[in-house]
Amino acid sequence: MIVADKKPIEEIIEYLKVHTNILVLGCNECVTVCEAGGKKEVAVLASALRMHARKEGKEVKIEEITLERQCDREYLDEIRDVIDQYDAVVSLACGVGVQFTAEQYHSTPVYPGVNTCFMGATEERGLWTERCQGCGQCILATTGSICPVSRCAKRLFNGPCGGSTDGRCEINAEVDCAWQLIVDRLKALDRLDEYEKLCPLKDWSTDRAGGPRKVVREDVQQ
Amino acid sequence: MRLQYPPNIRIVRVPCSGKVDLIHILRAFEKGADGVCVLGCLEGDCHFNSGNLMARRRVEQAQEILNSIGIEGERVRMYNLSSSEGPRFAQYATEFTEEINALGPNPVKLAKNKAA
Repeated sequence: MIVADKKPIEEIIEYLKVHTNILVLGCNECVTVCEAGGKKEVAVLASALRMHARKEGKEVKIEEITLERQCDREYLDEIRDVIDQYDAVVSLACGVGVQFTAEQYHSTPVYPGVNTCFMGATEERGLWTERCQGCGQCILATTGSICPVSRCAKRLFNGPCGGSTDGRCEINAEVDCAWQLIVDRLKALDRLDEYEKLCPLKDWSTDRAGGPRKVVREDVQQ
Repeated sequence: MRLQYPPNIRIVRVPCSGKVDLIHILRAFEKGADGVCVLGCLEGDCHFNSGNLMARRRVEQAQEILNSIGIEGERVRMYNLSSSEGPRFAQYATEFTEEINALGPNPVKLAKNKAA
């Protein structure tokens, strides 16, 4: 899932200082799971914004809606009838949701309410870690299902660098060396011979190096 | 025991302090409460294992949020006591009320009353 973190309320207040009719828009998907932008977080942020506005003596209307998703037009259409009541939207969805909402509603400013961080997994409640960078050419089949693109600081493809010490990365002693994990995993799977195979040069044009990307699937297009 | 404690406290009963959510605390302030204290069982004595520990964390979150919007975080407090400690409840209630009185009314309520 896409992992996001909370934005400081002071920063959001600063964005919204010129607005008087504000919609706090949550998303029921990834940001709900990582407890940054779901219905509960929407209620908390809206309550804090209302109290701040009242305390400052401002008449500000702040309302809350949480959509199933903000990255699909069919769900964003659910606010089409009410969007004109607001002069600003704070979207607690990931960066995709913020942009897609803005694309659907051209005349309403849409502000981000969270910091979108990465694609990751829930290790435990309150701890999310990165697992994928969406490089567009998955090589997990040859690396024991551990990704050197997202988990190796140098994105190395043929074994660890000299900074790997006791299974840890040189950038931070708390970070596992991805290649140590890969070797351990291949050993456990009795597939260590795969480690000997050289990984050819990777085509990075499917990563961010090739600019904004898109997936076209004619087989499912209507 | 017939203990006395300040009459301006409104008691909201919950099955466990872990039931108290962050939004409940914030809504109380939004509606004009001057202070909110959450009373939970002694740490280690929760019948649901960790309800009072979760309540403490939520109280801390509420304090952070209030501080960030310019309202004193001290207006939210967590106390731990066992259900048989009536005198301690009265003591905490008195102590908290005095501290909130010293802080003055909730600024949100003041602004709301001024506007009305």
